[in-house]
Amino acid sequence: MIAALANLLLSPPASGVTSSLESGCAHCGAKLPAGPLRDDEGHAFCCAGCATVFAAIQTAGLGAFYDGRDALRDGAVPARPSGRRFAELDAPELARGFEAHEDGTLSAELALEGVHCAACVWLVERLPLVLRGVQDARLDFARSLVTVRFDPSLTKLSAVGSALDRWGYTPHAADSVGVTEKTDRALLMRLGVAGAVAGNVMLMALALYSGAGRGADADYATYFRYGSLILSLPSLLYSAQVFFRGAWASIRARVPSMDLPIAIGISAGFSSGAFNTLVGRGEIYFDTITTLIFLLLVGRWLGQKQKLRAASAADFAQALAPATARLVEGEERHEVRAATVEVGALLEVLPGERIPVDGRIERGASLLDTRLLTGESTPVEVKPGDRVYAGTENAGTAFLLLAERVGRGTRVAELVRSMEAAQRERAPIVRTADRLSAAFVVAVLLLAFATVVIWWSVDPALAVDHAVALLVVTCPCALGMATPLAVSVALARAARRGLLVKNGETLEALARPAHLVFDKSGTLTVGRPELIDWQGTPELGRRVSAAERGGDHPLARAFCRAFAGPSLELQNVNRMPGAGVRAKVDGHEISIGTPELMRASGVDIAPSIEERVRGHAAAGSTPVLVAEDGVVAGVAAFGDALRPDAAATLRELEKLSSSITVLSGDHPLVVERVCKDLPVREARGAVSPEEKLAAVRARIARGEPVIMIGDGVNDAAAMSAATVGFAVHGGAEASLLAASVFATAPGVKPVLEAIRGARATLHAIQRGLAFSLIYNAVGVALAMTGQLSPLVAAVMMPLSSLTVLTSALRSRAFVAPPPLEDKSS
Amino acid sequence: MTVMFLVLPIALLVSAAAVFAFLWSARSGQLDDLDTPPLRVLKDEVRSPTNEER
Repeated sequence: MIAALANLLLSPPASGVTSSLESGCAHCGAKLPAGPLRDDEGHAFCCAGCATVFAAIQTAGLGAFYDGRDALRDGAVPARPSGRRFAELDAPELARGFEAHEDGTLSAELALEGVHCAACVWLVERLPLVLRGVQDARLDFARSLVTVRFDPSLTKLSAVGSALDRWGYTPHAADSVGVTEKTDRALLMRLGVAGAVAGNVMLMALALYSGAGRGADADYATYFRYGSLILSLPSLLYSAQVFFRGAWASIRARVPSMDLPIAIGISAGFSSGAFNTLVGRGEIYFDTITTLIFLLLVGRWLGQKQKLRAASAADFAQALAPATARLVEGEERHEVRAATVEVGALLEVLPGERIPVDGRIERGASLLDTRLLTGESTPVEVKPGDRVYAGTENAGTAFLLLAERVGRGTRVAELVRSMEAAQRERAPIVRTADRLSAAFVVAVLLLAFATVVIWWSVDPALAVDHAVALLVVTCPCALGMATPLAVSVALARAARRGLLVKNGETLEALARPAHLVFDKSGTLTVGRPELIDWQGTPELGRRVSAAERGGDHPLARAFCRAFAGPSLELQNVNRMPGAGVRAKVDGHEISIGTPELMRASGVDIAPSIEERVRGHAAAGSTPVLVAEDGVVAGVAAFGDALRPDAAATLRELEKLSSSITVLSGDHPLVVERVCKDLPVREARGAVSPEEKLAAVRARIARGEPVIMIGDGVNDAAAMSAATVGFAVHGGAEASLLAASVFATAPGVKPVLEAIRGARATLHAIQRGLAFSLIYNAVGVALAMTGQLSPLVAAVMMPLSSLTVLTSALRSRAFVAPPPLEDKSS
Repeated sequence: MTVMFLVLPIALLVSAAAVFAFLWSARSGQLDDLDTPPLRVLKDEVRSPTNEER
């Protein structure tokens, strides 16, 4: 169907693309590799994914996507169409969440990865042009959420999913990633009412302050006072409800919160104002109160908006992809959801896929990347009969698998459960402002009481007036705004820099000196084998790389990454799984393999080389020999290589934290080798997930805050028990659920950036709090001496808020320095 | 100045109308997404045979 449509459409001239030919990938704009892929028309691509997406967009006649696109930012992300069928989107339990329309169509929401500019909005909303049955597609840019209205009799959501996937936007069921939470319209409505009321009350107050109603015109004064009273009612009864509810909850739960002093100030000011209006004398504070409510709601609304944005980032969605399994039935393969697989089912696992269930290999041998589950950096070889676990990745060839334990019975589900348990037990982080508020309430009430006592002997009525003035002027407007403002500014800037922080509490916890616990594989290191030592000529290296090209063994790929170059003449390639490769390159007979293979094929190994091999093995790396024309001419060692920025970053981090520990599930020798030049106090290998959790808990129990940085399922429980869980790029689903900070950039640099930014934010918060406390102190002094007129209160309050706002916006948090380019990825 | 007694309620009625308009737009979801609509107008429609097909 789609193909038929595509044939009808003529590809428009791909203008705007030619200019990018030189500069980067025609689809994503990323830097081109040495020998880029090219299509028939000469467009260059960085990878096969981008080429596929480019072709899909062009054949759909939507090449205009590439015209006038935003200048691609440095964060160009190559497209990765998965080619999956997205069977999970047709699940009946998902369909219950769809909105049904009268004409029989359904509306469903999908969270998309890879939405980054205006052209994406345009492209995604052209979906009805290529897919029959889709009536409408609306993209919410900020939340990367598309609402698709489709006719279920003509198409299925899985078809919509694969169409979007072909364009490079991998879709996820929206409710599985928790992004369906709507913006709180109620809060916005309260804000609107409060703003209108505040503005109008202010106008009447202006008339009163400027002298209307003095002397002969007393009628006007009464009129304006009653007018303000009536006008303030909606603000007090509707808009300010948020604060009264919060105050009540904080009293019941006995947890201090800023809402309590706010509620006290508002109610004291309003009731005294209402009383004075009725008796026709004394001060009314309606202008101050309504402005206060409005400004506080603005702060609250800003804070909530940021929270929603952080929670809805599609990068979270990426990791929460529901696993699917490929069921084998005779000659046919069906894609089903992993949760529905039964024990005893036969499944096929293709290269690059995650294993969906625990089971035994039935047919085929392969290599497994178990890094995310166990932390081991070297792929494990598996053969028929071997046990394999869900969550590990097939790094070799396709194999068949017999399911033994599924769903909640798998090892990974067990780890996720212990993570959830750890999360429930974790003590909440108390915000600075909230901690302050308990003392604040007590102090204000004591001062108000003191005012009454002091002035009682002079005049009881005056005593009450002054006490009320004190309560109104100390109502913590700036205090209540300082934290949300600084936090929302920081969270927004952090998100723009690829750091998704769950909430302000996390930001504050990050800022305090803590004990850092790092995972090794994938966090400090790249998490895949790299060439770490090479004895031999570069020329030989290039020949080896030529022979290894096209091999799917992780070590072969590491060789090709290390020695890139023009392809050489290649003959008689003979790959021996698990042993090595033999080939004729440029007329030289090259054989690459384990020392055993060399010996078996009669190559002489000199004692000096034997020793080098033993040295590599003792250091926890994998030695590989290269023989040229029957003589050993090169020794290579592969291992988990440190990220290029890791050492420098860790030295910086050492200054900011109390100490650094590395806990890894990998072999102790490897851990030792990687950490020997790092400023870590302790580096332990072969640590199980349970031991990681215990280590973190032990520190927390001693009252030491812990920041756990990791990427795997094996870190998840420890991450949820830690004060702050920090998930790095490329991690597993469970680690993201456990994390309260998620970095979209690889490496440890984001950790440093997050801690520095959090420090700057905390300073901004503290500065704001200090400013507002000074205002309050001045207000208290004026009120207690009876010098505080309502006009002074009305001017002081917005002025203090303005100071706090300026201070928050001027904060340098998450603005400098520019991000370092990570060459390791 | 007695006109105040008449003008003020009228002014308040006008602002009440504005507030209700705001409440309506917020409630009907028009203010949920403030980022996408300005991007939407930046690109021209493509004309495509499939539109006529339907």
